[in-house]
Amino acid sequence: MRSVQALAAAGLCLLAASSLAFAAEKQGGILRIYHRDSPGSASIHEEATYSTNVPFMPVFNNLVVYKQDVAQNSLDSIVPDLAESWAWSGDGKTLSFKLRQGVKWHDGKPFTSNDVKCTFDMLMGKSAQKFRKNPRKSWYDQVVDVTTNGDFEVAFNLKRPQLALLALLASGYSPIYPCHVSPAEMRTHPIGTGPFKFVEFKANESIKLARNPDYWKKGLPHLDGIEFTIIPNRSTAILAFVAGKFDMTFPTEVSIPLLKDVKAQAPNAVCVVEPINVSTNIIINASAPPFDSPDIRGALALALDRPAFVSILSEGQADVGGTMLPAPAGIWGMPKEMLETIPGYGPDVNANREQARKLMQKAGYGPDKHLAVKVSTRNIPVYRDPAVILIDQLKSIYIDGELDVVETANWFSKVARKDYALGLNLTGNSVDDPDQAFYENYSCQSERNYTNYCNPDIEKLFDQQSQETDIAKRKKLVWEIDKKLQEDVARPIIFHARTGTCWQPYVKGITVMSNSSYNGYRYEDAWLDK
Amino acid sequence: MFAYIVRRLVLMLVTLFGISVVIFVLLRIVPGNIVDILFDAAGYVDPSDKANLERELGLDQPIVIQYLHWIGGLLRGDLGYSYVSEKPALDEILPRIPITARLAGLALLFSASIGIPLGVISAVRQGTRLDYALRVVSLSGLSLPSFWLGLLILMASVALFGTMPIFNPNPKSFGEACAIYGVPALAVGFRSAALVMRITRSSMLEILRQDYIRTARAKGASEASVNYYHALKNAILPVITVIGIEAAFLVGGLIVTETVFNIPGVARFLVEALRWRDYPIVQNLVMLIAVVVVAANFTVDMLYAAFDPRIRYTD
Repeated sequence: MRSVQALAAAGLCLLAASSLAFAAEKQGGILRIYHRDSPGSASIHEEATYSTNVPFMPVFNNLVVYKQDVAQNSLDSIVPDLAESWAWSGDGKTLSFKLRQGVKWHDGKPFTSNDVKCTFDMLMGKSAQKFRKNPRKSWYDQVVDVTTNGDFEVAFNLKRPQLALLALLASGYSPIYPCHVSPAEMRTHPIGTGPFKFVEFKANESIKLARNPDYWKKGLPHLDGIEFTIIPNRSTAILAFVAGKFDMTFPTEVSIPLLKDVKAQAPNAVCVVEPINVSTNIIINASAPPFDSPDIRGALALALDRPAFVSILSEGQADVGGTMLPAPAGIWGMPKEMLETIPGYGPDVNANREQARKLMQKAGYGPDKHLAVKVSTRNIPVYRDPAVILIDQLKSIYIDGELDVVETANWFSKVARKDYALGLNLTGNSVDDPDQAFYENYSCQSERNYTNYCNPDIEKLFDQQSQETDIAKRKKLVWEIDKKLQEDVARPIIFHARTGTCWQPYVKGITVMSNSSYNGYRYEDAWLDK
Repeated sequence: MFAYIVRRLVLMLVTLFGISVVIFVLLRIVPGNIVDILFDAAGYVDPSDKANLERELGLDQPIVIQYLHWIGGLLRGDLGYSYVSEKPALDEILPRIPITARLAGLALLFSASIGIPLGVISAVRQGTRLDYALRVVSLSGLSLPSFWLGLLILMASVALFGTMPIFNPNPKSFGEACAIYGVPALAVGFRSAALVMRITRSSMLEILRQDYIRTARAKGASEASVNYYHALKNAILPVITVIGIEAAFLVGGLIVTETVFNIPGVARFLVEALRWRDYPIVQNLVMLIAVVVVAANFTVDMLYAAFDPRIRYTD
């Protein structure tokens, strides 16, 4: 009886505490954030940069979404959004959703299952209306079609089971678009169902959002609006934040060295450092000499001193791993013991390089005959800086690298036509899920498989892990695949970056995602304690 | 005089035509177009999607047709659409012109109002400590890069006052409005003022040694009258030339200042448009700058005649 009373008392306390916390959430105010650059358009589906997600995710809802106050995205943190519930069919080939009723688009029209169908038909290239660009079409390769049952039920019919579909649908990259608004209009004046309405997008100047008073989540959002001021100059932006002109920095845009400056000048600022699930990696043209030689590719993998990259570029604040982001932030990354068994990942860099030199000598190179290669990369500091370190490290294995800086406008064309030997590249994963990372970057047919790495045996394993519903079993398969990819020197991963986000102490309700920088910008829970 | 003006106007048109061809050709020589960049931003290359977009934007047409299309539109007042924002180019460009004009105008005002009097003082007090001090200041004005000066001003503002004059389209007070234009204008105007001061000084030194100045002094004219009426009036011609060149330069040359102070003016917009290869914006903006430069030169030439009666533009 006593324990029941204690439990009841504890429950009452919790209830009181939670209601106090709720009461503390103040309504009103404009959240002022600086934006790092002017996004190409306002259409999330047509862009592949979080420069678009951050300001426009608050305009929309998904079917399901990663819980916005949980830092680590996982299947367990997915919650209903425009869908009230979801269910998998017994054979795992149909994912059906019951949709929320009474939801209205910002222009007053009702939201129905037809909007969901329209959105995914367009993404799959099946509708008359087309996106100008459709960078994530491959996400829905396993979807045969999307069918509706009345106005509030929708089903995704798959070729084979794919557990990851739910993870993809929960991404900030998967908003539901209205059927009655054209893709062209969505690029300039997006209409959504989300907590904030689009007000204005002045290129190179600002983006303004205003509270949606008819938001279907009653009492939300807390803010009256969000204003993004576009400040491409990082020094000016940081100074303006320190001077209190902004409530928040652009998410995950404060580098580790800059973070020190911010903390020194604005000691009250709240700063969080998290991985962003962006790997710095090497792309190798294995279809042409000299890297068509497995020995030279192997030597390259053995030459890398990853801790040196991490120490020089981010003062130790980065993670060494394979394709998948390592733990604790990442869900699918290989354990450290397994990672260290992969050539080049062992802690003894000198021993690794000794082995690399032997491979180079076997391929006909040595102290008297160096291999000259161009190391191509984009003309952006986050690309250029590691490329310079790579060139320095390659010297230790008789490779004389020359930096080949390529303007951004020409980078993908150059890579696509295989006009490079070695490249320093960055790969961002919008969802911490193997399906997104493996198929997009290593599948034989993928448009983003820049190296054209193609291994039918691994391709089978991709499908096998994708269909596996037992998470533990899937994880083991994923580790096996990731290990094989690193051993094949498919795209050597150097490190996974971490960056900072800062806000003024009166900004509340912000959670920075720890394994993706694309999914946590709904801002409906954010409020200002002023 | 009339014939001269007509000849100059015709020459201006020919110059602008030449510039339009150069802009158009140069833009297309630069590797990569808007479609490459849009797809680069999306991180993939799909040849059929790219071809569709090139067709949609008219980039698949022969370059001559594209040029005629642009010039035809320009003559009709139709500047086309921005490839990036998909809004009329005119709507994108027009709101930015007053911002840059205000900034450039203020910078010129600072440079003339500070540079000319200091140049006169420096010349009149040649060889004194004041002259040396002013020459050191002017030299530093010429040698300090405006982006460095701008950043220094911002950092000092934050450190000393806890705030900074960053651009705000709706300033809350007159003081804020003055600060958001005045401070960047000072940063830019400092360099121009230094240049104007040095030109004024050397020109004044030459004039002050002329016989008619001695005559004026002998006739009992006051020092101020000699310096500012008799000498400066004749020394001002090269200064006008420099101010004219600076005016033309400032329209497109404020990129660094606009970036550091985050001012959404013409210059920053031009660089951003160039990054995206947003041809309609770049072409029209460069043409606008060319028109301003040509017009400024024309105005300077006309001012010569107004200030110096000895100059007459005859056949």
